[in-house]
Amino acid sequence: MDELYRAIADPTRRAILDELVDRNGQTLFELCGRLVMKHGIESSRQAISQHLEVLEAAGLVITERDGRYKFHWFNGEPLRAITKRWPTKKAKHNKQRKKNDRKRNDT
Amino acid sequence: MKIILTSVLVDDQAKAERFYTETLGFVKKRDIPLGEESRWLTVVGKNEPDGTELLLEPDGHPAAKQFKAAMMEDGIPLAQFGVDDVEAEHKRLSEAGVRFTQPPTDFGPVITAVLDDTCGNLIQIAQLKQQ
Repeated sequence: MDELYRAIADPTRRAILDELVDRNGQTLFELCGRLVMKHGIESSRQAISQHLEVLEAAGLVITERDGRYKFHWFNGEPLRAITKRWPTKKAKHNKQRKKNDRKRNDT
Repeated sequence: MKIILTSVLVDDQAKAERFYTETLGFVKKRDIPLGEESRWLTVVGKNEPDGTELLLEPDGHPAAKQFKAAMMEDGIPLAQFGVDDVEAEHKRLSEAGVRFTQPPTDFGPVITAVLDDTCGNLIQIAQLKQQ
């Protein structure tokens, strides 16, 4: 999973994922435009291409040909491994348990 | 110096003439035979008969097709036209069968969309927001 964490560690790559979640299936051109205008990220198209390759290697982006165009798609599947490993369901910790026990004993 | 002419490389001048006039709404200005079946073919904006001309040039040069394919793959438009209302143009052109690689998108001072001109190019249409 190192690849996954390294992929999302970079702020430009996180911004790329933000934009694909906002509108999935974008060309490199649209993505670069959004990164400049909304995030002030002025990296070259080549640099953004390289970021996309890292995201693709981690499975977070899928690049698909559609005729003559190439579209980049966000894929959240790899992120499931993170919340599976560290569940987001709220676990009752000791303070809450003791409070509940006191309530039960009082009634 | 003034910009009096700009051009797009097209794979078929007859198809380009039809698309740029009948679909996009430009008006043909010059149509001069050049031999070898190619023409000096230009269009102008409907309300700008003396405005900057757009030359619809054959893309026969060996480097042209490769360049166009690479630009198209990355979604990069090779020309940009101004419109009053990108949403309305997007609706009108989509209904006429035009393919867009980017729907109307607000980029702050400008709203843009990107379409396929059927002649091997992507074209950006842009609406400058009134301040």
